Amino acid sequence: MNIVVVGLSHKTASVEIREKIAFAPTQMEKPLRMLIAIDDIAEAVIVSTCNRVELYASTRDVAGGMARLKRFLGDYHGVPVEVLEPHLYSHHGEAAIRHVFRVAASLDSMVVGEPQILGQIKTAYGYAAEFRTSGIILNRFLHKAFSVAKRVRTETKIASSAVSVSFAAVELARKIFGDLSDKTVMLIGAGEMCELAAKHFLNNGARGVMVTNRTYERAERLAEEFEGKAIHFEDLFDQLHKADIVLSSTGATHYIIRPKDIDEVIRRRKMKPMFFIDIAVPRDIDPKVNDVENVYLYDMDDLQNVVASNLQQRAEEAKKAEGIIEEEIGQFYKWISSLEVTPTIVALRSKFEDVRRAELEKTLSAWKDLPPDGAKRLEALTAAIVNKLLHPPTATLKRTGQGGRTDLYVDALRTLFDLQTELPEPEGSLELEE
Amino acid sequence: MNAVLFVATLLLYLAATVAYLAFLVKPREVLGKISRWVLTGGFVVHAVYTVDRYIEAGYTPITNLHESLSFFGLAIAGVYLIFERKYRTIILGSFVTPLVLLILIGSTGFPSAISPLNPALKSRWLAVHTVMAFLSYAAFAVAFGAAIMYLIQEHFLKSKKLGALYQKLPSLDVLDEINYRCLTLGFPLLTFAIISGAIWAESAWGTYWSWDPKETWSLITWFVYAALLHGRLTTGWRGKKAAWLAIIGFFVLLFTFLGVNLFMSGLHSYT
Repeated sequence: MNIVVVGLSHKTASVEIREKIAFAPTQMEKPLRMLIAIDDIAEAVIVSTCNRVELYASTRDVAGGMARLKRFLGDYHGVPVEVLEPHLYSHHGEAAIRHVFRVAASLDSMVVGEPQILGQIKTAYGYAAEFRTSGIILNRFLHKAFSVAKRVRTETKIASSAVSVSFAAVELARKIFGDLSDKTVMLIGAGEMCELAAKHFLNNGARGVMVTNRTYERAERLAEEFEGKAIHFEDLFDQLHKADIVLSSTGATHYIIRPKDIDEVIRRRKMKPMFFIDIAVPRDIDPKVNDVENVYLYDMDDLQNVVASNLQQRAEEAKKAEGIIEEEIGQFYKWISSLEVTPTIVALRSKFEDVRRAELEKTLSAWKDLPPDGAKRLEALTAAIVNKLLHPPTATLKRTGQGGRTDLYVDALRTLFDLQTELPEPEGSLELEE
Repeated sequence: MNAVLFVATLLLYLAATVAYLAFLVKPREVLGKISRWVLTGGFVVHAVYTVDRYIEAGYTPITNLHESLSFFGLAIAGVYLIFERKYRTIILGSFVTPLVLLILIGSTGFPSAISPLNPALKSRWLAVHTVMAFLSYAAFAVAFGAAIMYLIQEHFLKSKKLGALYQKLPSLDVLDEINYRCLTLGFPLLTFAIISGAIWAESAWGTYWSWDPKETWSLITWFVYAALLHGRLTTGWRGKKAAWLAIIGFFVLLFTFLGVNLFMSGLHSYT
């Protein structure tokens, strides 16, 4: 049995193409059932997100299976295969395992390390499990992919740092204030960036919002949106001491906040720290404000540098993640190959033979008055019993070897007779995590 | 028995220090747990050592430099474990456990034989005075560790160079809070230690205060921490300034404890 993957992603196809062949998340039953109705496609899972559409399947016929999956993808969405073909990638065997492990671990994502993709694959697998289109191979495969993704997340720092300017600002605020839940955000100017950053702060627990703007009406409008308080621009320095986090993005051509203003403000706050974020270009806040004690000033460039270094850190962590994945592929690939008939028959026979030999030796060594040809007879007897017992399962396995439910039998045999010793069992429980 | 317990304590503290430093390099949850358990183990064995010595000697074993340093280490480990539990800042251990280990190693440099108690020390005030003093020292030692971490983290945030250590260190807020809590724990204890010492002095030598070097330096230490506490409560000396004062205070304290004993003679010279 072989695992195949056919699909396209943000790396190979434009959004126009991705849109055309995306599957509606609420209507997965029909395409899934159509897929396993296809000749030689034993199991199928469909992953469809805004950045990728992928079909995972288990099949006996690799080349034919992949061709059929491609045709299905085109036919189902009414897109000619020739149009689709240049954007599609297809993998089988080890490459397919590597691909899915990388996708699940978010190494193939637009923003490496973003956690959403794992949830999306879990949902996709959930549909396949619900409609019973995934079986023994894909079940194990996807559970393995989930556990690999989890291992990557716990053993590397791939997702531990913010990769957008707004989130970097929130992260910095957390390092200054710890808990943000009793912190007040002040917006100076009502620009779009400012608004976005303020939203991130509110989503991350910040409590109050104050808004000021040269035109008071705009400040009022924005304050209303945030359920905050509008402040007249002239009163800025009277009110500033109430703010912990200050976002500034006015269109001013010169600095509107200078160190001497902040000296006073911070004293009124009894030296409680303040975090200034200057989003404006040209800047609103004199960089020297950063020198005031317990005041931290970051401008757009600073934040972008933080993001860049975080991204670089992610890239380094991604290398570690690739190493983890390579380790895991080998293990899983061994399990897949173990599902072939011949090695299983060999393992089963040698297991029985071992047991027979051991028991026979025990008996013979303890049997003092054994007649002269006794040992020979016992040998023949036990060998005959083992052979007779092994004949039906061997025959059944060989017969079903040409197709059908082989994997199920092979896996059952391996489990029942504990044949895993030669081939490591893939990890990962059969429960869906999280 | 006593010697064995002491060696076991030393080894456990060494293991804890290694574990906490490993946690600093690779902050894994498992490592954090191991660190805490090893340190707790060290603390328990150390406490047993101290109690055992108390029983054997018949007095509170804080009467010479070996005993004092050992008890200082015990108190720091205990106070730190309480703070780690409360603030879940395992990384603080990476800064505090090496200090505990150093102090314990330092204590081996002084004679550890149990000798008959100096008559001047035969008093129930011995236990009260010394235990209070060393518990306050321990609180200030933890504050010292937190203050160093504060200055490092503050430097990262101001200079905008956010390296790997920046990610691992707690927020400025938590570090400042630990500093403050240590102060509010340590300062009353120190005050009480000085007062109980004065009362003891009155009953032993007939005078509350005789300006011997130890007494003078204790007062200086008290003033440093009093200033820090006062500054915090009234003018908002927090953050960097508070961290620096906690560091300065700790060095003054170390001088009061060790410098005075080693370099100056006075009524406290037997410790």
